[in-house]
Amino acid sequence: MIAAVAQVQPGQPLQLPHVDWVTIGPAGIFFVGGLAMLLAGVFLRRRVPRGLWSGTTVVIAVLALWPAFHLWHQIASGGARTAIADAVVVDGFSIFIDVVIISAVVMAALLTDGYLRRENLEGTEFYVLMLFSASGGMLMASANDLIVVFLGLEILSIALYTLAGFQQRREGSQEAAIKYFVLGAFSSAFFLYGIALVYGSTGSTNLGVIADFLRTNSLTNGLLLGGFALLIVGLGFKVAAVPFHMWTPDVYQGSPTPATAFMAAVAKAAGFAALLRLFVSTFNTYRLDWQPIVWALAVLSLLVGSVLAVVQTDVKRMLAYSSIAHAGYVLVGFQTASNRGVAGALFYLFAYAFMIVGSFAVVTLVSGRGDTDASLDAFRGLSSRRPALAFVFTIFLLAQTGVPLTSGFLAKFYVISAAVEAHSYALAIIAMIAAVIAAFFYLRLIVVMYMAAPAAEGEEAAPTARIPIAVGAGMSLTIAVGFTLVVGFLPASVFDFARHATLLKL
Amino acid sequence: MSEFLRQYLTVAIFGGAAILMVALMLGVGRLVRPTRPQGQKYLNYECGVDPVGSGWSQSHVRYYIFALLFVMFDVEAVFIFPWAVRLDAMAVFGLVEMTIFIVVLALGLLYAWRKGVLRWI
Repeated sequence: MIAAVAQVQPGQPLQLPHVDWVTIGPAGIFFVGGLAMLLAGVFLRRRVPRGLWSGTTVVIAVLALWPAFHLWHQIASGGARTAIADAVVVDGFSIFIDVVIISAVVMAALLTDGYLRRENLEGTEFYVLMLFSASGGMLMASANDLIVVFLGLEILSIALYTLAGFQQRREGSQEAAIKYFVLGAFSSAFFLYGIALVYGSTGSTNLGVIADFLRTNSLTNGLLLGGFALLIVGLGFKVAAVPFHMWTPDVYQGSPTPATAFMAAVAKAAGFAALLRLFVSTFNTYRLDWQPIVWALAVLSLLVGSVLAVVQTDVKRMLAYSSIAHAGYVLVGFQTASNRGVAGALFYLFAYAFMIVGSFAVVTLVSGRGDTDASLDAFRGLSSRRPALAFVFTIFLLAQTGVPLTSGFLAKFYVISAAVEAHSYALAIIAMIAAVIAAFFYLRLIVVMYMAAPAAEGEEAAPTARIPIAVGAGMSLTIAVGFTLVVGFLPASVFDFARHATLLKL
Repeated sequence: MSEFLRQYLTVAIFGGAAILMVALMLGVGRLVRPTRPQGQKYLNYECGVDPVGSGWSQSHVRYYIFALLFVMFDVEAVFIFPWAVRLDAMAVFGLVEMTIFIVVLALGLLYAWRKGVLRWI
């Protein structure tokens, strides 16, 4: 399109692209829905029925499934394609990520309702920010141009910075927002520099044109490799891969817990979507150059995430380090650069979204008013105070460990089997070792919940206050645990979905 | 040195001259002037009379809100200028596109208005 503008004389009409709105339907519905909610919230300030905003967000999210469904059928019959002047791609991969993000939004919105009421933060802003952030994530997943990836990344990130600092009274929240903002701004700058270097070496920002160029030319200078490195830095920050993970524990711990649940699922899904599309699809011809980097990132994330989580005493920080380890597993699937690897990574992201939102939902309920206490002691004896909550949390923790009959086991299995099939035996072994190390802190938390030792001399007794469980949080937990168990027993349909969610052949 | 880099020689000389000029002006002043420090020379200036109260004052938060809104709408204007230059080539498509952009920002302004942020008091 830029070439078209350069050649046109003043006064002559431009060759304008045909805008197929359905192709950006899910992101568009989220965006328009967010705007509508923003205005509704500010014009309906008198008593609104309980759960109205939460319900509206869920309705908007489910509504976005309709264009996603329609596009899936279009792809099944007509094949994947690009749209809107080749800026946006319509393939199974982007629909899959849209579904992951929609699920995470539904669960997070249900969870947020009781939380906002408890913390006196009522209003639509939290939901609106979640919707805008999710729409950016979906745009990132369906981007066919580096600039559109950047656009999606910024929309996703900026709304998340605000969400992280939403609970202004608590200092931890302000700290989380500042850290996330500063580090996120830097990583976006790295990403942009990466785009510039890739553009400089290939002559275009369109992924299709880049892939064509790389197939037909062989590059001798290191400009493209520099671009790879910087793109990995920028997106690695977003998915909390190891050397770029420093922000994760502080931001996850400080943010309001429903915001943590949302960002843990959605930012990771969107970040990995961009990584997978850029490297496995566009830069496939240079995979021998980027695979070792991703191998190193995967090993570091797995080991550092698992080992550092062992020494945490705050459950939110522990879950933050464990999600760094989960990013490591997805990186294992990414490293293989095969269709099995991508399908495994997608399945892992889907299963992980439910597990992590469920886990943080439990933490939201247990941490009490003020969202301050999420230490291991707060969970002591949870089985006697709220047996259902303890049971549900046990399922999530076992799923994250990778115990069979949960979706977590199958997620790890698919990812590691893809690695074995691609002959990355060392990576598979390290992934399994990390799973064993991680089992320690997941099982420790289960033990703390079920077998609280009587308080020793001078120690505080286990908390006994009744934990109120809001209706929305209950629904969110039910959805999460239901998915985790059902997919643990019957994974075939979801894995078929992941296998058919292929990237567009560029 | 290649022709490409030679063009930047002017920039380098210009930058160097600027730094040199500032260094000279400040440096020569420092060398030539007498130094006789006296406590009263370091008081805050308040029109020649003795200063009353502390040197720091607090600004009202309303100034921050207005500055923030100004920056947002200024950036919006920056996007509108190039669009306006090429509007004839983009016809109705361009008009609708920019209208959507302005409407979204106007909705943000409406939100700010209803939140009471535009009150001057």
